[in-house]
Amino acid sequence: MERLSVMKKLPPLLVWGLPVASGVLFVALWYGVRAVSGLQSWILPTPLEILQAAWREHTRLLAAAGHTAVGALGGFTLAAALGFVTSLVLGVSRSLRAGLYPWLLVLQMTPVIVLTPVIMLWAGPGLPGIITITWLISYFPIVANMTQGLLSSDMNHVALFRMANASRLQEMLLLRVPSAMPYYLAGLRIAATLAPIGAIFGEYMAGNASGGTGGLGFLVYSYNTQIKIPALFATALTSCLLGFMFVAAVSWLNWLVLHKWHDSFERNDH
Amino acid sequence: MEAVAPIVKFTSLQKRYGGGPLILDGIDLAVRPGDFVTFIGPSGCGKSTVLKLVSGLSPGTTGEVTVLGTSPKLSRDRQAFIFQDATLLPWLTAQRNVELPLRLRGLRADKRTGKAKQMLALVGLGGEGGYYPRQLSGGMKMRVSIARALTLAPQLLLLDEPFGALDEMTRNRLNEELLDLRAQSPFTALFVTHSVAEAVFLSNRIIVMAAHPGRFHAEVRVDFPYPREAGLRARPEFQVRVNEVSRLLHEVEAPGRP
Repeated sequence: MERLSVMKKLPPLLVWGLPVASGVLFVALWYGVRAVSGLQSWILPTPLEILQAAWREHTRLLAAAGHTAVGALGGFTLAAALGFVTSLVLGVSRSLRAGLYPWLLVLQMTPVIVLTPVIMLWAGPGLPGIITITWLISYFPIVANMTQGLLSSDMNHVALFRMANASRLQEMLLLRVPSAMPYYLAGLRIAATLAPIGAIFGEYMAGNASGGTGGLGFLVYSYNTQIKIPALFATALTSCLLGFMFVAAVSWLNWLVLHKWHDSFERNDH
Repeated sequence: MEAVAPIVKFTSLQKRYGGGPLILDGIDLAVRPGDFVTFIGPSGCGKSTVLKLVSGLSPGTTGEVTVLGTSPKLSRDRQAFIFQDATLLPWLTAQRNVELPLRLRGLRADKRTGKAKQMLALVGLGGEGGYYPRQLSGGMKMRVSIARALTLAPQLLLLDEPFGALDEMTRNRLNEELLDLRAQSPFTALFVTHSVAEAVFLSNRIIVMAAHPGRFHAEVRVDFPYPREAGLRARPEFQVRVNEVSRLLHEVEAPGRP
């Protein structure tokens, strides 16, 4: 099959070379701004100073990243599981969908920061509260995508199942759920970018509220009050790496589930 | 012939979708066991709707449809539908796709495998069971679709332009194979196509339809005996039938031309 021209792959050299080139340009710009503005290190540290801070603080950063990963993974897993189940409920019946979906939107529209004190009060500070916040942030994209997927089955496939006198349960499990997998995974991918942010935010709030320990969010709070700005940037860098690991894990899951059959992995090998 | 109960019977049937225009009007038809009936006509003549009425995917508006002695829906376990595209589930291998109707009937895995293998071998894909649909060519996908439709040995097979997207050589091959399969396990067929040659080659009855509203314009009997071989297409009497159907099609298409 002929590929669309927009889908044409760049030569491998450019695929790696272009991001590196723009990265180098960005770092050069950074040094330029620093030199021209005359800003001091504790206001705008150079990339090198950030790396030095990261090295100096690496035990604390790694331990904190470990804490955050636990919270993020907990909230993400909860969101993935509950999101799946919620979507099934919404996908089963039009009236349930009509009755519940607006309230899910309301939940999504409510800023998490408003709910945080209540969550900390109910779930307790520390990991339970952090997991709850992470769940709250990453839940909706999963539900929205998966529900859309369940409703997007090919009409001829549905007709095929109807013709075979398939039960509603069979139609759901053998047709709608598998055909919704690409949507579910797209939802997970968005959730994977949100989960570490949710956990760090939760830690920031929980740390603030309870004087709790551990977690990148707490480090943000701690470095900020100590005006350790290079270390703060190093924390940002660590958070970014953690986020990448989450996205990479979901990409791997995506490959695992879809590569055999889905068009997004077409190899033209037959 | 009236003594034999018809497989499909339409009695003064009308069909419209919601408050829309009349799609089918005054449809009367009795399909006898063993008939291969093809519906051909301009787009918008409602030929696909005829199949939907028989399968119960869409109800009639007025009039009556009887299928296999009962209602369309109640006879579904003895019908099978082959769609315009192969409609294979892309996440299942060819083998598992053919197993699907058996699976939906609740057959255990070990009983499904053998039957599905046998059906795949019958359509010449004995070695391709492990492939996913996207790894198969259009013709192979349609073969899998045919195998799937025939796993439950239906009495009535509905085919909605199944070979329309295939190249002519593949289409001819599949026409021949379809008749071979029918010789092995007989079924009555209702077939929709745009191809006159395909209609003449496959059917014993061709119903030429007119549009706006969809109605039966004429019926052509094709009395070449089955089994029919590929060589039939080269015979002059084949061409006579093709010309006749083409002329009738021209009659119904010309008045609508601006």
